[in-house]
Amino acid sequence: MINFEYARARDVADAVRQISADPAATFIAGGTNLIDLMKYDVARPMRLIDITHLALKTVEETANGGLRIGALVPNSDLAYHPVVEKRYPLLSSAILAGASQQLRNMASTGGNLMQRTRCFYFYDVATPCNKREPGSGCSAINGINRINAILGTSEACIATHPSDMCVALAALEAKVHVAGPAGERAIAFAEFHRLPGDRPEVDTNLKADEIITAIELPARGFAANYSYLKIRDRLSYAFALVSVAAALELEGGRIKEARLALGGVAHKPWRNAEAEAALRGQPAKSDAFARAAEILLRDAKGFAHNAFKIDLARRAILRTLAQAANATPQIQSSKKIR
Amino acid sequence: MTYIGTPTPRVDGRAKVTGSAQYAGEFTAPDLVYGSVVTSTIAKGRIARIDASQALAVEGVLDVLTHENRPKMASGDKGYNDEVAPTGSPFRPLFDDKIKFNGQPIALVLAEEWEISRFAATLVQVDYDAETHSTDLHTRIDKAYMVEKPDKPRGNAAKAHAAAAVRHEAEYYIPIEHHNPMELFASTVTWNDGGKLTVFDKTQGVQNVQRYICGIFGLKPDDVRVMSPFVGGAFGSGLRPQYQVVLAVQGALQLKRAVRLVLTRDQMYGLGYRPATIERVAIAARNDGTLDAITHEAIAMTSQYEEFSRNDTSWSALLYKSANAKYEHKLARLDVPTPSDMRAPGAATGVYALECAMDELAVALKLDPVELRLRCYSDRDQNNDLPYTSKQLKECYRKGAEAFGWAKRTPEPRSMRDGTDLVGWGMATGVWEALQMPMGNRIVLTANGHAEVSCATSDIGTGTYTIMAQVASDALGLPIDNVTVKLGDSSLPHSQVEGGSWTAASVAYAITTTADEIRRELLALAQKMPGSPLAGLKHDDVVLSDGMIVAKAAASRSVPLADAMRHGGVERIEREKLSEFKEDNKHARNTHSAIFVEVKVDEQLGVIRVTRAVNAVAAGRIINTKTAASQIMGSVVWGIGMALHEETLVDHAFGRVMNANIAEYHVPVNADVHDIKVIFVEEPDSTVNPLGIKGVGEIGIVGVAAAVANAVYHATGKRVRDLPITIDKILG
Amino acid sequence: MDDPTSRSRFRPEATSKPREISVTLHVNGEQRTLAVAPWTTLLDALRDRLHLNGTKKGCDHGQCGACTVLIEGRRVNACLTLAVMKDGAHITTIEGLSADGALHPLQQAFIDHDAFQCGYCTPGQICSAAGLLAEGKAKTADEIRELMSGNICRCGAYPNIVAAIQQAMGAMGSKS
Repeated sequence: MINFEYARARDVADAVRQISADPAATFIAGGTNLIDLMKYDVARPMRLIDITHLALKTVEETANGGLRIGALVPNSDLAYHPVVEKRYPLLSSAILAGASQQLRNMASTGGNLMQRTRCFYFYDVATPCNKREPGSGCSAINGINRINAILGTSEACIATHPSDMCVALAALEAKVHVAGPAGERAIAFAEFHRLPGDRPEVDTNLKADEIITAIELPARGFAANYSYLKIRDRLSYAFALVSVAAALELEGGRIKEARLALGGVAHKPWRNAEAEAALRGQPAKSDAFARAAEILLRDAKGFAHNAFKIDLARRAILRTLAQAANATPQIQSSKKIR
Repeated sequence: MTYIGTPTPRVDGRAKVTGSAQYAGEFTAPDLVYGSVVTSTIAKGRIARIDASQALAVEGVLDVLTHENRPKMASGDKGYNDEVAPTGSPFRPLFDDKIKFNGQPIALVLAEEWEISRFAATLVQVDYDAETHSTDLHTRIDKAYMVEKPDKPRGNAAKAHAAAAVRHEAEYYIPIEHHNPMELFASTVTWNDGGKLTVFDKTQGVQNVQRYICGIFGLKPDDVRVMSPFVGGAFGSGLRPQYQVVLAVQGALQLKRAVRLVLTRDQMYGLGYRPATIERVAIAARNDGTLDAITHEAIAMTSQYEEFSRNDTSWSALLYKSANAKYEHKLARLDVPTPSDMRAPGAATGVYALECAMDELAVALKLDPVELRLRCYSDRDQNNDLPYTSKQLKECYRKGAEAFGWAKRTPEPRSMRDGTDLVGWGMATGVWEALQMPMGNRIVLTANGHAEVSCATSDIGTGTYTIMAQVASDALGLPIDNVTVKLGDSSLPHSQVEGGSWTAASVAYAITTTADEIRRELLALAQKMPGSPLAGLKHDDVVLSDGMIVAKAAASRSVPLADAMRHGGVERIEREKLSEFKEDNKHARNTHSAIFVEVKVDEQLGVIRVTRAVNAVAAGRIINTKTAASQIMGSVVWGIGMALHEETLVDHAFGRVMNANIAEYHVPVNADVHDIKVIFVEEPDSTVNPLGIKGVGEIGIVGVAAAVANAVYHATGKRVRDLPITIDKILG
Repeated sequence: MDDPTSRSRFRPEATSKPREISVTLHVNGEQRTLAVAPWTTLLDALRDRLHLNGTKKGCDHGQCGACTVLIEGRRVNACLTLAVMKDGAHITTIEGLSADGALHPLQQAFIDHDAFQCGYCTPGQICSAAGLLAEGKAKTADEIRELMSGNICRCGAYPNIVAAIQQAMGAMGSKS
């Protein structure tokens, strides 16, 4: 860990001012990923700006029936928030599928979006990695890539985004509210995270001088028919090999509205409008689920050790959609898959 | 006996639940300096240039030690030897410019604060002359060479295989596994007046470390005291002295100050590990389930500089009756650190292969797996043609099967279900040795009825403190609260390293033989009392009980030990004795177990859960049914990890471990573990040693991974022979 | 966005000792004021500065839970917490759980059920369990297992840990 300076931000404007003034600075909130990366010498900010004192800790219902979640609301508080549990149980479930209770107590809502990949090579400064050292090469493509991406990869990077919460947020079509020197703006969740392309060092479309202030959920919460299913190498406290967030609105046994997002398979939570469109109007049955899975995974490409994820993802999609359709969502404390 | 055989709570329990138990990296000194290690990023070659100038420029950095400026070290291999070292030329930390493995220590940064040393360590610049390395066992199989003949072949295995009615042959694979004890490897070395060192070390053998440090640095035993009162898990990783203790001593000698060096978790992947091993097992059987031949070949990895090998193969025809048997053990040299003992070394891997092979044979013969094992049950150690001191394995099968409900198993794979889960029931046999070692012990009894019992052994979580207190309490007839145990200090009476499951039997024997002498002295004192009720008795005619010397023949004839001592004007009786076991070449000494496991596998997704396990163990007399059950339970958890989770991933292009952390090297977490039932089968044994103790540290893991793998086969019909059994292998 | 953490931005001139910042921590009911550098974690401050070694370092990366302490009654990983960010916080470590020499019901239950072997993960397990009881989300054994999965026990005492927590849950529940 390098020798860095520490500063506190008083409010959002102060935070923006401070980050704009120092390109080598970065924000810290929960610190669960940043401190980890700093200890491995992967992240080397010269200055940490502590934003934990900012007034971004409330969860409020919005005028249009949605929910506005302050960027500093801890993951655990969000998961157990009565409104979230009742109206957005998919989000609750996805949060509880990730990390440990200790980490969820520390991690912030905004910070969860800013998590960096768990790719082995990104974490090991002794190996080349384009995300960590642009231009140094991707070691994972021909290395140990069992945990890496099968969708949206580039020749420069096959890393995945590790968040569970973000998969649910993608499915719920959240909006990310940010503030910067030019004022505030909202980023659609699908536009927040990037694909690696030829600039894998850039994870998101958040600008260097911007701060996440809130996540806004639309009114539609899919509370009746949803499920978050996470498949991993042990039954808890492990990152996803594949995860699926499924949310349906049913009407007379037919699918009126559908959302489907994958985690653990790409540089961002993976959605495909065509796959969701293929579900709409169909009976909530396996034929339709299989078609959606086929579309969603159409462009999947496996590497030496992770090709299994394609079949695993297909199976997980079928199961999660069935769980959602049957209103038997996966319960994260029960390891029996429903 | 009041305490032996009971579930006595740990005597060090309070220290552990209140946080007052102190581990190696937690001792301090006013002049404490913190160290951080720089490790190599290539697997083979030389350090062309190492530049510490940037690191030295950091305020608070006191020194940076490398092979160029470290204190003087022994120049010959002998100086680096240790009690557990295999054949070869031991690794010498910071000795020269040669790089022998990726993650090798190449510099030690010493600073006033730990964070400063950690930062400065990132500033040490290294240029290498790299050479082509080789870290993949699979590419070196043809270069593997025979290192030993584990046991004599018998009969003609090849001929028997050729003529067999039913033959099963398969190859099994166990990847590299790392111990990952929760405590980071650490040493705190204090430098005292005139250069005497006190070394607080994470080790399973304080005297082994003492001799090792003296050998390397040419120090006298009186000048080096090694202490290790608490060890945060080791599982074999602390048997050999690890490099951090050498570096910490180097720092202390260089600065003449106290140095604390705590390795990082990723650096611990540069220490020992269970070697990746290929196991080839062939079994020739008759249709009735009796065996004609077993052949077991193991090919394991070792380093370029040492030959590490353990007995993987000869468990096969030790366990099952077979007229013909053949064993081979080969090693492939790779550019890696030397492997090390890891819980049940050799057996955890070799018996995994054997017991999966037996399961496959049972399928081929259409025999129940337990029934097959009974049909080739052996009452003798066939390798050496000896009877066992005791062997209650049949009872393990019976009790284990009964507790598990094995009779309800339907034999066909995929025949048992629970909703969307396929249910699988698998079993396996476990076997380990009942080893025992010469052990010293000192007892100091004071007239107030208090005893201090001491020995330089360790308690790595195994419960040594507690069983020593139990055995001493019973031998001296004192309440356990009146007994203090000292261990983990090289200045105490002799002890081998704590491992191999030999500590319980050895230390208990040492305590009882030392207590015999105390009793002899007490009786002599009592008999000097006027009108002594014990007059004329021999020391074997009395016992110590409830603070009294009591005639065996009549409990009414007794003398309080305080009276005897005070009458004789003796305030304390001190006895120290090195106890050695009588040589016995006429018996085989082994522990056995039968493990039964239930798995539930989601049919669509291949997710495996181990929902139940029963481990029935025959290991002689159990000193403490509580702590011993915990050891077996923990071993079952290890077996689950071995079967389903654990694998050190090496990128062979870099020759480097890529999951050197415990987020991506998966060990079981709480959610992975459900009901584990431990059964200790009665196994009276007056031959193995007077108390009939055999030890339980290893036996609990042996066979568990096979039982899980066999259960997965029974559930799914899929036979996965390379561990760990992950989802991709189930679906693939 | 540009990655502000890139190695290329590293400034090697930052070789002077970090500026220390005064923080006040309320540790186990005691007010402790100390000057710490920004890079000092709460875990290192507790162990190296306050000599409260009950809180353990098992990985230093939030992967094992051995460093679990309670901040404002909530369980967190002290290894990923910077001390400077916790000015004014109320922290409970394993040393603060037992009052006046009497063991906390969890501590007693861990002894009763032999819920540890080497003892190194134990303070973190117990603090984590104290957090779990305060949260009130775990009722069943399955829920305890899941919500205790952030605390690795390499000795494999998990079933005994679950039993100990259930015992303490009963004992504390019947008291209230």
